Formats: sequence, C-alpha cells, structure tokens
Amino acid sequence: MLSRTADSLYWVSRYVERAEYLARILEATTRLSNLPSSYGGAASEWISAVKTAGCGEIFLKHHDTATESSVHHFLCFSPDNPSSIRNCIEVARSNARAVRTALTSEMWDALNGAWLELKKYDGKKLTRDDYGRFIEFVKSLSLTFDGSAYRTMLRSDAYWFSRLGVYVERADNTARILDVKYHVLLPETEKVGGSLDYFQWTTILREVSALTAYHWVYRESIKPWLVADLLIFNRQMPRSLASCYENISRFLDAIGDSYSRQGPAQRMARKTLSTLANRKITDIYDHGLHEFITDFINDNNRLGSTISDQYLV
Amino acid sequence: MAAFDEMSGFDGATRDAYAKLETWLKTTPPEEFSTRRSQADVFFRRIGITFAVYGDEQSTERLIPFDIIPRVITGPEWATLDRGLRQRVSALNMFLKDIYGPKECLKAGIIPDDLIYRNAGYCLQMINQPVPHDLYVHIAGIDIVRVDADNFYVLEDNARTPSGVSYMLENREVMLRLFPELFAQHRVAPVENYPDALLATLRSLAPRTAAKDPNVVLLTPGQFNSAFYEHSFLADKLGIELVEGSDLFVRDEIVYMRTTQGPKRVDVIYRRIDDDYIDPLAFRADSVLGVPGLISAYKAGNVTLTNAVGTGVSDDKAVYSYMPEIVKFYTGEEPVLKNVPTFRCREPDALKYVLDNLGDLVVKEVNGSGGYGMLVGPHASKAQIETFRKKLKHEPEGFIAQPTLALSTCPTFVASGVAPRHVDLRPFVLTGSDGIRCVPGGLTRVALKDGSLVVNSSQGGGTKDTWVLDA
Repeated sequence: MLSRTADSLYWVSRYVERAEYLARILEATTRLSNLPSSYGGAASEWISAVKTAGCGEIFLKHHDTATESSVHHFLCFSPDNPSSIRNCIEVARSNARAVRTALTSEMWDALNGAWLELKKYDGKKLTRDDYGRFIEFVKSLSLTFDGSAYRTMLRSDAYWFSRLGVYVERADNTARILDVKYHVLLPETEKVGGSLDYFQWTTILREVSALTAYHWVYRESIKPWLVADLLIFNRQMPRSLASCYENISRFLDAIGDSYSRQGPAQRMARKTLSTLANRKITDIYDHGLHEFITDFINDNNRLGSTISDQYLV
Repeated sequence: MAAFDEMSGFDGATRDAYAKLETWLKTTPPEEFSTRRSQADVFFRRIGITFAVYGDEQSTERLIPFDIIPRVITGPEWATLDRGLRQRVSALNMFLKDIYGPKECLKAGIIPDDLIYRNAGYCLQMINQPVPHDLYVHIAGIDIVRVDADNFYVLEDNARTPSGVSYMLENREVMLRLFPELFAQHRVAPVENYPDALLATLRSLAPRTAAKDPNVVLLTPGQFNSAFYEHSFLADKLGIELVEGSDLFVRDEIVYMRTTQGPKRVDVIYRRIDDDYIDPLAFRADSVLGVPGLISAYKAGNVTLTNAVGTGVSDDKAVYSYMPEIVKFYTGEEPVLKNVPTFRCREPDALKYVLDNLGDLVVKEVNGSGGYGMLVGPHASKAQIETFRKKLKHEPEGFIAQPTLALSTCPTFVASGVAPRHVDLRPFVLTGSDGIRCVPGGLTRVALKDGSLVVNSSQGGGTKDTWVLDA
C-alpha cells in the first residue's frame, strides 16, 4: 500500500485514541475535584489534568491558573491547544478523508458523523452538563470507530497499521498518567487506615477505565503498587503497557510476515515486550519508578519514529 | 422565447416518456416528497459527497443540490446521441494526433493555422511526440443541450479532465434507494458498470513496456481540490491507488509510487491535475502538486497519462466552432451531433455583429470553463455588457459568441413546488485501445434559479438522475 495511506491510517487511529484519552482525564478529574478537600479533592487537580494530557507548558502560556472551566475549554476546544479534542477529531477526519478509500464506510461514517456533530458545539458557551455530554460523545466516537475497524476491516496491512496507531498512542497515554502521578504510587506514601491518596489511585484507575478490572484481578483493597502493577505489567488489562506492547509486537510481526521482511521496528518492539515480561513491580521500585516511566516514554517515541522511517515515508 | 419542456413539450401535452412520472408527481402526497428529499440530503451528507467552491472561504465542502425528479431520455434519442458521441470523440482523437503530427487539417485549410499555433492549449512539448496507442482523449465529457423534440446540440467538448461522473453514479444509487417502485415501472438502462468500463479502458492504455498486469493509479491534487470527493470515489470503485504528487517519483524515466514495501512501478496515471501543474520540471515550476520528471518518463513512453498532455487545444471554444468540419474531415461522415452556431470574434464581420447584438448573445472566453468569464446577454446588466464590450474590443480573438439557446426544461422541485428549470447533459465517453465505451445517460445539470441558463455547480446549479429508457 501507499506509504502515505499507511501513515494516514496510523495517525487517524492515534488521534481518535488521544481524543478518548483526553475525555477520560476530564471525566476522572471532574469527579476527583468535586470531593471535599479532606478527601483529596483540590483545585490543583486541574493543573495535574493538563499535565497528564501532555500540554502543561502550553496551557500555562495562555492561563495563570487552572480551573475546571479553563481546563475543560482548553482540552476540549481551545484553538491555542494543538491537541485539543476538537483538533484531534478534525485532524483524524482530515487524514481519513485523504485516504477515504482505505477505510471502510462504517469507519468513515463514525468519523465523519462525529465531525459533523462537533460543529454543533462551535461558538457555544457550554455548561457543566454540556461538557458531560460532550465527553460521552467523544468516548462513544472512539468506541464506534474502533469497533467499526475491528468488525469491518480486511485483515491486511491497512488494518495492522491502523491498530499500530491505537496501541502506540495508548502506550504513550498510560505512561503519561504514570509519569504525572508516579509520586502517589510510591509505597512510602501509603498510610495505615486509609489514605488521602486513595482517591488519587481510584482516579488513575478511572482514567484507564480499570477500576472494576482492578478488583477482579487483585481481589483486595486498592494498593498503589498494585495499581502500578496493573497499569504496567498486567497483560489482561487492555490499557497496560504490557498489553499495548503485546499488540504492537503482534501487528508489527503481521506486517513483517506479510512483507517477508523484518526490520528495526520489529526488533525494538520485541525488546520492550520482553523487558515488560521479565521484570517485576518490586524491581521497578528498586530502580526508581520515575526513571522507568521516563525511559519507557522515550523508547515508545523512538519506536514511533522507527515505524515511520521503516514504512510511512 | 418559450423553452421546450421535456415533460410537456411546447404545448403542455405530456410526452409519452414522462407519462408515468407525471402520474407519480400528481398522485404522491407532498409530505412524501419532502420526506424523500430530506432522506436524499442526509444520504449525500453522510457519504460526504461534496464539492468546494473556489473563492468561498466559508465552506470548503458543500453539497451539490440534488433534485429527485429524474430526467428522461428515450431509447431512440439515446441511440442517436450515442452514435454522435462516438463519432465526435473519434474525430477529436484523430484531430489531436494530426495537429501534433502531420497537420493535414491545416494543410487542407480546414482550420486556420494561427488558431492552433497561437493557442494557449497547444502544447509545444507534444509536437511529434508519440503517445501510447495514438490516443489523446481517453475520458471525454461532452456537454449537450436540447432545444426541441428532435434537436440536440453539443455545447462544449471537455477533453482535459471532465468531472461529474461520481454524481451520475451516486444520483442513481440514491434514486434506487428512495424510489424502487419507479424503477419497477420504467426500464432504466443501468449506469453502474461505468467504473468497470473505465478500468478496462485505462488498462487497455498501458504502454507496451508495461507488465502484463499494469499498475493504474489516480493522481489527485489532494483533498482541497473541488473534485476530491470524485477522485477518491473513483479510485475506490476502480480498486486503484489514489495518489498525490508526493507519492510518486521518477527514476531513470520510470515512474514509481512509494509504498510500505518500497517503490512500485506505475504504468497508467489517470490524472486529475491540469497539464500546467503536472510536472514542475516541464511546466509550472511553482507547482507542488505534480511529479518532477513525469514528462520525461511520459516522453520516453514508459507511462500513459490519461488524458494525454495537450488536449486542452480541443477544449478551446474557437476550435469548437470548427468541429463540424473537423468531424467531416477525419471521419468522412456528416456529423450526427450539431454544433451551436458560433460567431468567432476573431473574424471582423462576426465581431461587428456580436458588438451590435451583445444584449441577445452569450459571449464566452475561448479557454474558460465552469461558467466563469461568460456573459449571458439577455440576463446581463448594462454595466456587465459594457465591460464585455471593452474586453471584446481589446482582445477579440479571446472570445466567441452564440445565440441564446432556449435550453429545454425539466420539472424540478423548487421552493414554490414543481416548476420547469433549464437542464443540460454531460455524457462520458471512454476511449481505450480496444474501442469506445459510453454508458447510457450521463450527468444532468439543472439551473435551479428561475430562468437561469447557467447549470454549473459552482454557480448554484444542481443535478438530476438521468434515465435512458430501454426501448
């Protein structure tokens, strides 16, 4: 297939995934910030949300303080923010339109429908309820788009490149949550008899929609190291780093097999996957959680550019 | 000037071909029609069938209005049109081969030399340059108007990159969905085989050096082009890659596309980019849409461009005025399709007549298209007429003039109900090394404004499904 087509498919998926991630951050943060301050609710959660979204610096260029409404507007619609949800959907749709023929009509309908829906929000002053509905709408877009891809695409390189986009982006997103929140996941912050951080932990789990999954997997009350374990190592958890790399590696191998040629991207993905398979959460704490996450984010970015060099240009 | 209505003629008596449609229009409740019309609108919007209007910042994507009342052509009427179209397109191909080669038609005095040599569309690079299979116009859109029960005229030959065929196909799809019962009552010739016919045509045009299974691609200027929807639609239906200039490169006079598995050779390029922009090394150096070196590969005979480079000369409206002579010269037959009588303003007598009668004539730029740069005398203001008078005096050879034809009308839904509106027809004629293909029908364009004769979508025109009835 054309390199440009593969590139667009990859980025359409990345942008849709990113839009959903932003929606989840907003949803989880709204819930946390509404708690009384004695339960950990605090206005500072809003700046943490912007940082988790990966746009802390640019936000502070335009705003002095982070409030619920300024952050909602910034992450959803602000023209100052190149990765606002609106921009994600617009860029995804524009990429999709350029390679319209490589998508199934269901995928196109999902994105084009969302893009048309987006216009209804133009220039409107949104209430809290409106934002709630908007976030639901964004989540349903990614479900519909992803579901359409899963249910309607031929299992060929077009599908594999589009899946790669999902998982490279998702790995980045999960790692960013860990990067911003690692300090509340360190074991020494845990206090006996309930902790202020309890609500931080549940917020993290909500951001990756894994609160229920946590209980199914560990069958005990929420412990920070188990939260970290779930997000990093648990292959059953679809947003964990290990699960993302299992998929990245699988789809890269499918591409390599079908082209009868393996390359640096396949090797890098396999290496990261084996690191995730062979280490334990206790090693990570010993060597420093933050260092681990920083390295992971860098490696994941490098994999992105390697995929690009190998196939997309 | 009363116009011929395709449903009710000049005298109001319903013509046979429209009898069932008239009953349908009379007996269907108005609410039903409005429901169907909004369903059609939703359908078009969902599939994203849009076009862009240049110079309109507001909307880069807009729907072209669709009218649900079909336009009907009888089997015998189509048979004549089909014969005339094939004849005309064959003549166009022979004419282009001649003027880029031996120039017999100039020697025979069929057409004045300077009309070719000084023509902006005459491409010097193509002189004595063989093209694959000696064919130039592979995809032609011939604009046809009707004035009464028997007479059709060719209004324009589009031999560069005619567009609109996606509307022909999508309009039919929508009609089949919305009004299956109408199709049960009429025997409408299908158009859905057009993509297959186009692919077969393109494959037949591959250069002789190409592999057995030639790689055909569609080259688009990209998603900001007004016809991008059509480009992607056709690539999809044909199952070929939709490429942009940056996806292609030329090495050793061979064209390749960049794929995830490395370079892949390209044999036939159905290009929807104008000559000027197609290769910055050969034509406009500022073009970022084209492929550097493409023309060198083309001249080496390693790739087919459809349509060929340099076909614009036959789109010229002054050349058009010689088409009856051109058809006769190359085919040895009387032209089946008439030309609209045309005054060539380059000729002093004609210019004088045109200047004296500007208020009654349609004046067109010889190399204009899309309804731009045109004066419709009877509908023009004094000031517009005076502007054209100046233009004509300044550069008479840049214009032709034609009498205002009473274009036929078709019943059409408008704000006030059903009313007659002027229509034209653009059939698409495909020429491959294995023959000519022409699906029955084409794109009917309708001028939605009362009395307007301008059907171009860029000027507020709409479209209709076109039905050729099987005898």
